[in-house]
Amino acid sequence: MRRRSVIGATAALSLAGYRPAAAQERSLLNVSYDPTRELYRDINAAFSAAERAAGRSAVNIRQSHGGSGRQARSVIDGLEADVVTLALGGDIDVIAQAGLIARDWRNAFPQRSAPYRSTIVLLVRKGNPKNLRDWGDLARPGIQVVTPNPKTSGGARWNYLAAWGWALAQPGSNEAAARALVQALYRNAPVLDTGARGSTLTFARRNIGDVLLAWENEAYLVLAEFGAANFEVVYPTRSILAEPPVAVVDSVTRRRGTEALARSYLEFLYTPQVQGIIAKHFYRPVAPQHAAAEDLARLRDIPLFTIDDVFGGWAQATAAHFADNAVFDQITGAAR
Amino acid sequence: MSGHTRPALRDPAPLAWALVGFALLWVGVFLVLPLVVVVTEAFARGWPRFIAALQEPDAIAAIRLTLVIAAISVPVNLVLGVAAAWAIAKHEFYGRGLLAAFIDLPVSVSPVVAGLVFVLIFGAQGWLGPWLQRHDIKIIFALPGMVLATIFVTLPYVARSLVPIMRRQGVEEEEAAATLGAGAVTTLLRVSLPNAALGLLYGVLLTNARAMGEFGAVSVVSGHIRGETNTLPLHVEILNNEYDEVGAFACASLLALLAIVTLVLKLWLERRMRLRAGEGS
Repeated sequence: MRRRSVIGATAALSLAGYRPAAAQERSLLNVSYDPTRELYRDINAAFSAAERAAGRSAVNIRQSHGGSGRQARSVIDGLEADVVTLALGGDIDVIAQAGLIARDWRNAFPQRSAPYRSTIVLLVRKGNPKNLRDWGDLARPGIQVVTPNPKTSGGARWNYLAAWGWALAQPGSNEAAARALVQALYRNAPVLDTGARGSTLTFARRNIGDVLLAWENEAYLVLAEFGAANFEVVYPTRSILAEPPVAVVDSVTRRRGTEALARSYLEFLYTPQVQGIIAKHFYRPVAPQHAAAEDLARLRDIPLFTIDDVFGGWAQATAAHFADNAVFDQITGAAR
Repeated sequence: MSGHTRPALRDPAPLAWALVGFALLWVGVFLVLPLVVVVTEAFARGWPRFIAALQEPDAIAAIRLTLVIAAISVPVNLVLGVAAAWAIAKHEFYGRGLLAAFIDLPVSVSPVVAGLVFVLIFGAQGWLGPWLQRHDIKIIFALPGMVLATIFVTLPYVARSLVPIMRRQGVEEEEAAATLGAGAVTTLLRVSLPNAALGLLYGVLLTNARAMGEFGAVSVVSGHIRGETNTLPLHVEILNNEYDEVGAFACASLLALLAIVTLVLKLWLERRMRLRAGEGS
């Protein structure tokens, strides 16, 4: 008898513990990449407050963060994201190819569906003891570079392409010279973490390496979290314009009946209020007139090139550099 | 301790001391030191921060999910494990060796691979995915998938603890019960299980510890939705990624506590089992 009641209690506990999101509650799942945790925490609170101020019920925005490529894979495998806010367009393209997102998602929102921008900078130890000023310095022998693995990390792909694009822009340069620089750079990178956050922790907490190739926002976050006394942001003479895009996952929102809510959530990212939040978190707002001047002043104005200009877009860049046996595999010796 | 009755091998004293010293050093560096680090880091900013970290809604959700998953998968594996152990230890049938080998399979399969297998079966692109989606049944990236992954990973422990004990006891008592007219179920519940009760507890203990601590397989099928599909070990990873060291170590210290309680219970059970074996012979 007692044994039976224990089993009964266990079953009741498990039923009570598991409540799928109730239908009447307004909720969205935002599947995002690694360094946006702090950004979306603020944005979600602002969105819910704005909805309440407009006389509607609050919205519970649930968050999932991880390496951009892996997150895209999870959405394809059935993670019920209402919206995706990933590190690069290529990852949203993959979801679109699986039929979950409309093919022309780029045109669904302003600025080619990228409500904020960023770039890639160098984070070095205080005082810059190895005197690392530009991408070319990273190829010097004896320099230890920390960057994630481009196979799994969106940020890592931006890092790679930023170095490549800089090398191409040097006087008298060509593809072979760019390839030589990037090859030397990865020869100096002994640890390739799977995501941007992993690399940041390797560099900042475990104190490994001379330089971290980082999202601009991630680099400033390190200064804020680990103390500006220990690190220094170095802007290279030229870097890449990263445009992390957003999209509504049509197949999920249709099923859950959240199309309108998901749309208004992503539109909210372009409002003056959120553009201000974006700058506060060290991202580059697409409408800088709405951001605080002191937030913008921290982000240095350097020449930025786009992936479309130099590489012909994500599809081409992926095929040429990151696909199996493409350039990245060749220069790291993983090609077969 | 009954160790004194049987003397150890007669190694020369310096060698014996060196071996003991090495073993202690090994245990200290690889087991005790990490545990001390976890606890000191958890309390690095004092009690209030520690308590606050555990009262955070996402932490509470993670603790609850971990308990729910264990509360489902441990009883399931208890039943499966008892049935399998009874079949393997007390019965002769074709394919017995194969069954024993299959039960051990989860120990040798990488948990990540185990998780991926469930994604391949139940994922949207998997074998059953389209059917599940049509009927609005969520397995992967929800509780059912996480429970399935945990059951898979913890499957062997009950059977593994029971089989050797049941084997050692032989089948005489079961045969006597059968002669007296007891059915199979009565024999199992009244004879075989009570005789192996300590082994059963031991198995449940290990199953529970592994179920609550599992990371790899559960990580693959979780989807990492904050406050929803994060177990305690996954929550520790998230907090660490968010530079919240105190929070991460506070949650990790709960898992460390679980490990210590498990260890103490395990020692106690082993002692009881040795005593019981002593009485028998």
